Amino acid sequence: MTGTPLTFGGVAAIALPEGALLLPDHAALVVADLHLEKGSGLARQRCLLPPYDTRATLDRLEVLIRRWQPRLVICLGDSFHDGGGTNRMAPADRDGLGGLMAGRTWIWIAGNHDGVHAGAIGGQVVASFRLGPLTLRHQADGSDDHAAEVSGHFHPKAAVAAYRRRITLPCFVDDNRRLILPAFGAYTGGLDVFDPALTALLAPRFRVHVLGRDRVHTLPAAALLRPR
Amino acid sequence: MAMLAAAREGRHTLLIAPTGGGKTLAGFLPSLIELADGDHDGLHTLYISPLKALTQDVHRNLEQPIAEMSLPVRAETRTGDTPEAKRRRQRHRPPHILMTTPESLALMLSYPDAATLFGSLRAVIVDELHALAGSKRGDLLALGLARLARLSPGCRRIGLSATVAWPEHLRRWLSPDADAAAVDLVTCAKGMSADIALLESDRLPWAGHTAQYALPEVYDAIRQAGTTIVFVNTRAQAEIVFRQLWLLNAESLPIALHHGSLAAEQRRKVEAAMAAGRLRAVVATSSLDLGVDWAAVDLVVQIGAPKGVSRLLQRIGRSGHRLDRPSRALLVPGNRFEVLECQAALDAIREGVLDGEPPGPGGLDVLAQHILGTACAGPFDAEALFAEVRWAAPYAGLARSDFDDTLRFVEDGGYALAGYDRYRRLTRTGNGTYHLATPAFARLYRMNVGTIVEAVTLKVKLRKGPILGEVEETFIQGLTPGDTFIFSGEVLRFEGVRETTVMVTRTAGVEPKVPAYAGGRMPLSTFLAARVRRMLDQPAHWQALPPPVQEWLEAQRQRSQLPGADRLLVETFPRRGREFLVAYAFAGRNAHQTLGLLLTRRMERAALGPLGFVATDYVVAVWSLRPATDVPALFGLDMLGDDLEEWMADSAVLRRTFRTIAVIAGLIERRHPGHEKTGRQVTFNTDLIYNVLRRYDPGHVLLRATRQDAARGFVDAGRLADLLTRVQGRIDVRRLDRVSPLAVPALLEIGKEPVDGAALNELLDEAARTLIAEATAPDLADREAGTLPA
Repeated sequence: MTGTPLTFGGVAAIALPEGALLLPDHAALVVADLHLEKGSGLARQRCLLPPYDTRATLDRLEVLIRRWQPRLVICLGDSFHDGGGTNRMAPADRDGLGGLMAGRTWIWIAGNHDGVHAGAIGGQVVASFRLGPLTLRHQADGSDDHAAEVSGHFHPKAAVAAYRRRITLPCFVDDNRRLILPAFGAYTGGLDVFDPALTALLAPRFRVHVLGRDRVHTLPAAALLRPR
Repeated sequence: MAMLAAAREGRHTLLIAPTGGGKTLAGFLPSLIELADGDHDGLHTLYISPLKALTQDVHRNLEQPIAEMSLPVRAETRTGDTPEAKRRRQRHRPPHILMTTPESLALMLSYPDAATLFGSLRAVIVDELHALAGSKRGDLLALGLARLARLSPGCRRIGLSATVAWPEHLRRWLSPDADAAAVDLVTCAKGMSADIALLESDRLPWAGHTAQYALPEVYDAIRQAGTTIVFVNTRAQAEIVFRQLWLLNAESLPIALHHGSLAAEQRRKVEAAMAAGRLRAVVATSSLDLGVDWAAVDLVVQIGAPKGVSRLLQRIGRSGHRLDRPSRALLVPGNRFEVLECQAALDAIREGVLDGEPPGPGGLDVLAQHILGTACAGPFDAEALFAEVRWAAPYAGLARSDFDDTLRFVEDGGYALAGYDRYRRLTRTGNGTYHLATPAFARLYRMNVGTIVEAVTLKVKLRKGPILGEVEETFIQGLTPGDTFIFSGEVLRFEGVRETTVMVTRTAGVEPKVPAYAGGRMPLSTFLAARVRRMLDQPAHWQALPPPVQEWLEAQRQRSQLPGADRLLVETFPRRGREFLVAYAFAGRNAHQTLGLLLTRRMERAALGPLGFVATDYVVAVWSLRPATDVPALFGLDMLGDDLEEWMADSAVLRRTFRTIAVIAGLIERRHPGHEKTGRQVTFNTDLIYNVLRRYDPGHVLLRATRQDAARGFVDAGRLADLLTRVQGRIDVRRLDRVSPLAVPALLEIGKEPVDGAALNELLDEAARTLIAEATAPDLADREAGTLPA
C-alpha cells in the first residue's frame, strides 16, 4: 500500500489509496467526510441498515494512524452524519475514537452536516485551518484568493472505461490550486467530478487521483468518462 | 372428468398437460358448476398466473361460457394495472372469481380485511405452476397459499402445469401441508407426437450462435408454413436474426420481433397481430415461452442451442394446437457444438425423458417480506406463524433458528450489535405477539412488495419520436455518443442520455454494435451436457450427425482425444507466443465463468502469468505466459475451499445477489418512478452495506440468504463442486503442439464473450494501468510530432 506523491502549494503531500492525505512535513493526516453514525441516523428514519459503519470507519482510520503516526489529524468536516451523532455513538466506538485522539492534536473542521457538535468528543472545532501555505476547509468556497486549498464535502468520484464497461471509483481531484478529498466514511456515496457543482470550482485541465485496490492512479480529466 | 370427480370430493388436484389442450378452462369447470346455483356469497375462486396478460386472456375465455350459459357469476382480474378505485371495490364487494398474480395476492393478504375477503374462498387455481415453483415468486406464492390455508381451511387447490421431470415435487408444492399424497395427479394423455427436424446444411460454422448461414433456409421454411415462431436464446440474437430475415424478405412477409426489452405497448401489438393471424412469423426470446396460446402457429424454429430438453419441448409445444396436426419444429444449430446439443435433445425427446432441476428450499429474503406483510394485516403469534410457514413446501424444512433470525431481521434488523434494538419495525407484547410498530411500515411494504428486482434499465427514445423500449444501464455505459447498435429491428445511433432516457436517432450504420443484454443467457442443463458427453464418447452414434461434424470429431480423435463421458479432458498447447489450457468440463457457462476465475487465480499463484480466459457452455480456456505443468493440481478439490469462498465473497456477482436480497427482504427500498434515488445509487449503497456487514456480522441472515442463492444461479458453485468431485483422479492431460479441432470454437469466442462483472472487479487495477498508458500516450505523440519538420 503506497501512496502517490503530489506537490501541492509547494507542500509535499501523499494521496493514500485508502482515501486520506498525508502531509509528511507537518506529520499530519487529513481525512474528509467520515459521516460517523450515518447508520444510526438512518435507523431513526426506520431504515435499518447494518449499524457497523462507525466501527468500520474508525477501524480504517486506526490502520492509517498506526502506520503513519501523525502528530496532527485534521478531519475536513461532516465527521458526523448529523448533530445527534455524538450522542448515539456506542460506548466502545467512543472509547476507540478517544484512543485515536490521545497524544495528538485533533482538528474537527465544522461541516454542513455536523456543525460544531464533534467537539463534544474532544479536539478543537474550527471553521477552517491554516497549515503553512495550505488552507483547509470543509467546502471549497469558489473564491480565487487561496493559493492552495484542501477541502472535502463533495465526495468526488470518477468514471473510467475498462473492457467496454464503466468503472466508477472515489478519487482526489486537483487543479494545482484546489485539492478535494474523497469521502472516507464507510457509508458515503459519491458525486461525479464532472458534476457542475465541481467543474464550477475547478480549472478545466484538472487531474484526478483514482483510488485503486492497492494504489492511486493519476489521470487527466481528458482520460475520464463523462457522466451519461 | 377426473378433475370434476376430484373436485366433488374436495380433493386437491395437479393437472399436468402439454401446452394448450384447454387445461386452464378445465381448472375452472368445477367452480362454474358450484357457482351455477347463484347461492355463493363473496369470493369463491382465486386464479393465479405468473403473467398479467394471461389473467386477462383467461378472463376473456371464461366470460364466454359464463355469458353463453347465463351463469350468475362475476369474474374480474386484479393486477398491478388495476385502478385503485376498482381494487378497493374488489375488497369490499369481491367478485366470485378473481384472476390475479402472486404479487397482487401478497398485497391483498396484507390488508386487515384479508380474513373476511378470503374467508369464503373455495378454490385456488395456480396456472403455469412449473414456471413458478422453484423461483422466488413461487416462494412468495407458496407462503401466500399457506396464509390462505389459515384463512379458509377448506379451500381446494388446483395446479396446472406443463410436463415436468419432477411431478412429485409439484404435488408437494401444491399440497396444503407439503405432503404429495394429499394431491391427486391427473396427467393428460400425450397429444400427437411432434415432428422435429434438425436443419441439414453443409456449411456449419465453428462458432457463433445466430446461425446466419442457415437463415435462407429458415426464411424458406417461414414461406412454406402458415405462421411460425422463431425462438432464439438472447435479445441480441433476436435483433440480429430479425434484421437478417428482413434483408432476405423479398416477399415482404409480415415478420415481427418480440423480446422483453421492447416497449410493452409494442409487444402487445405484436401479440394482438399474432392472435389475429396477421403475422407470418415472429422472432422471439423466452418472452413468448409462457403465455397466451395461439392455435394458428404451425411451425416452431429454434435457433441456437436448446440448452435444455424441457425448455425445448415447451417451446415446441407452442405450435400445432389444432388437433389434426402434430407440432412441427425445426432445430437450427449455430455451430458444431450446438449440433451435438440439438442431437442430444432430439434423442432425449424421442426417448421421452425430461430434464430440469426440482425446486429448492425457499429463500429467507422472501420469508422476511412475507413476515412483514403478515404483520401489516394484523398482530401475529410467532409460534403459529412458524407452523403456518412450514405448511408451504419450500419452507417445510425451515429450521426454527432460521425462522427466528429472519423474524428478528424484520423486527429490528437482527444485528449482533447491542443498543441498536431501539429502532424497530415490529413491537412485541408479553405473550409473544408481534405488532407493526407504525402504520407507515404497511405503506412501505405495499410499495415494495414482490420478488422481481429488475436490472436498472433506461428507456430508449427516438429523438422527436416514440419510446422504443428499454435497455440495461450497463449496456449504455459501454457506448459513447455516435456509437450505433441494433434495437427493435433498427440500427440506432446513440446520441446521449437525458435523465433516465437514452436518446437515439435512426441511422444506416454499416457495422452496428449489438445490444449485449445481460438477460436471456440460460446455461446448458446438466442433463443435456451429460448426454452430449456420452454422444462424444460413442463414435458409433456419430452417424446421425452431419458430415462436417463427424469429420470434426474424427480429426479430434486423431489429433488429441475425445472427452470421456466420466473424465475431464484438459489440453495444453502453445499458440502465437501464448500458452493455452482448455478444459472440457461441460458444466455450463456460469460454472465455467467461476472455474475460469479460480483457475486464473491459482495460475497467478503458480507464477504462470495468466492473461485471460473465456468460458462457454462446454469448455473453459485460459491463456498464460508460461505452460501449466501440474494440471491435476490446478483442478484440485482445495479450489472449493478457501479459493472459492474468498473469491465468491469478493465477487461482483455476490454483490448483485446481495442487492436483490436486500430489496426483497426490505432492507432497502426498491426504485419507484418519480420519488427515489437512481438505480446507480442503490447499487453503490448495497455494495457499501455488503462490505460492512461481511466484515462485522458475517453470520447475518441476509448474508446467509445471499450465499444460499449463489450456490445456484450466476455462480453455479454447486455444479462446479459436483464437477470437481467427479473428476478427481480422472483427469486426462494432453500436451499438444497446436490447437486441437475441439478447442477451436472456444478460441473463436475470445473477445466476443463480454467480460463478466466479477472478472472486471478482478481486473480493475490492470484496467487502470492500461488506461494510464493510453492517457500518457498523446504526450509522447505530441513530442514526436514536434520533432518532425513542419
